[in-house]
Amino acid sequence: MALAAGAPLLALTGAGVRFGRLQALAGVDLQVHAGERIALIGANGSGKSTLLRVLHGLQPLSAGKLACAAPHRQAMLFQRPYLLRASTQTNVALGLWLRGHAWREARARALTALARVGLEALAHQNGRTLSGGQQQRVALARVWALQAQLLLLDEPTSSLDPHAKREVEALIAQLADPGAVQTGSVQPGTAPVTTVFSSHNLGQVKRLATRVLYLEQGRVLADLPMHEFFNGPLPQAARLFVKGETL
Amino acid sequence: MNTLYPSFLTALDLVAGLDPALWSIVRRSLAVSATACALSFGAGLALGAWLGVARFRGRGVVLVLLNTLLALPSVVVGLLVYLLLSRSGPLGWLGWLFSFQAMVLAQAVLVLPVVTALTRQTVEDAERAYGEQLQSLGAGRLLRSLLLAWDTRLALFTVLVAAFGRAISEVGAVMIVGGNVDGFTRVMTTAIALETSKGDLPLALALGMVLLAVVLALHGSVALLQRWAVRRDAAAGAAALTLATGAAA
Repeated sequence: MALAAGAPLLALTGAGVRFGRLQALAGVDLQVHAGERIALIGANGSGKSTLLRVLHGLQPLSAGKLACAAPHRQAMLFQRPYLLRASTQTNVALGLWLRGHAWREARARALTALARVGLEALAHQNGRTLSGGQQQRVALARVWALQAQLLLLDEPTSSLDPHAKREVEALIAQLADPGAVQTGSVQPGTAPVTTVFSSHNLGQVKRLATRVLYLEQGRVLADLPMHEFFNGPLPQAARLFVKGETL
Repeated sequence: MNTLYPSFLTALDLVAGLDPALWSIVRRSLAVSATACALSFGAGLALGAWLGVARFRGRGVVLVLLNTLLALPSVVVGLLVYLLLSRSGPLGWLGWLFSFQAMVLAQAVLVLPVVTALTRQTVEDAERAYGEQLQSLGAGRLLRSLLLAWDTRLALFTVLVAAFGRAISEVGAVMIVGGNVDGFTRVMTTAIALETSKGDLPLALALGMVLLAVVLALHGSVALLQRWAVRRDAAAGAAALTLATGAAA
């Protein structure tokens, strides 16, 4: 399904999440438009993961509302991907099967998805035996196979070594904007995927994002286009965070 | 001390000489416990896996009761099954009292909480760590319980072995509902109790040796299986890295 550029996919209004006494999110307003690449930054415990889980429907809201403004497919990638003790092909096919595809068709499409992330040679390998970077690429193949239009990524490269980090980041860049990146094992020519990702790596944010949200104690303190965020004036908390992170 | 050494030697003779009386008891014991475990493992695995992911009002009370049943004395299980199967009991019409079936039922009841509680814990740990990812792919609770149980199958194999160990080494329940009838319901543990009270130490010792050997073999096989799985995973991981390096080059 093609989505018009600029059309909102999701809209959060006054969103709040409370875990007992802890206010994990408070008064968050956020609209995710098709084609955007939104980075969520902030210290540990600032609410980035909770916000992503809310957007994916995994975390119910304590206050406010989440509206799905346009019908779309979405998927989420986690910091440490979970692969079953089964072949990588089965792991990728599982996601398709769970979305209603016949098992035989799911396995065939899984092979294509694995080829897309450069892991077709490991299709019969037990997913649990792969390196962290390879596992994250299998997880990317799994969400790519779902042909999601909105991809939510929770610190997708934070647990990887520098080499694997570069590989996975390149794949994410190609999924998010296949027209802009023409290198690597991913073939260009597919529709861009709207992405919302959390990261502690400001260099990665500069490379991948078009828009940046800075969160602190569950509140969005800055929501700016990427260039403005890094070049323009910022609230003091966000400025200190960026300064601390870039030292 | 004077009788121990000759009794031990005679016991070894009985084992090595494949004494028919001894091995018939061993075969019956293994058959009773294996059948009981097969029954309880099917039910306990399904129930435990479901409890591992299910969230409902009163779940905490159910888990406390389940964990309490882990410490259920086998004589109490024997007594309850006896009351169920006795002529005036609700299942008296089956005519199972003092039979193979009665012993299977008693041991199945005894190990069902073990299988259920340990499976629940294993699946719940996996659900806590990975359930959200399966949920994000579209897996509902029932499917998650099945996938997580399948994925933790190596750990659940250990549960099966622990359950079998509990079944084959118990004496109270099979004594009460089986009656320790020679040639029909006499199993290793009841025979050991009887022969010791009669002073026939060699047969009791021989049965004890076999019982220990069975338990040792089971736990040894689990250790070997886990070691094999670790080595296989390590070898496969190395192969994957080699393949990836080759592809990159």
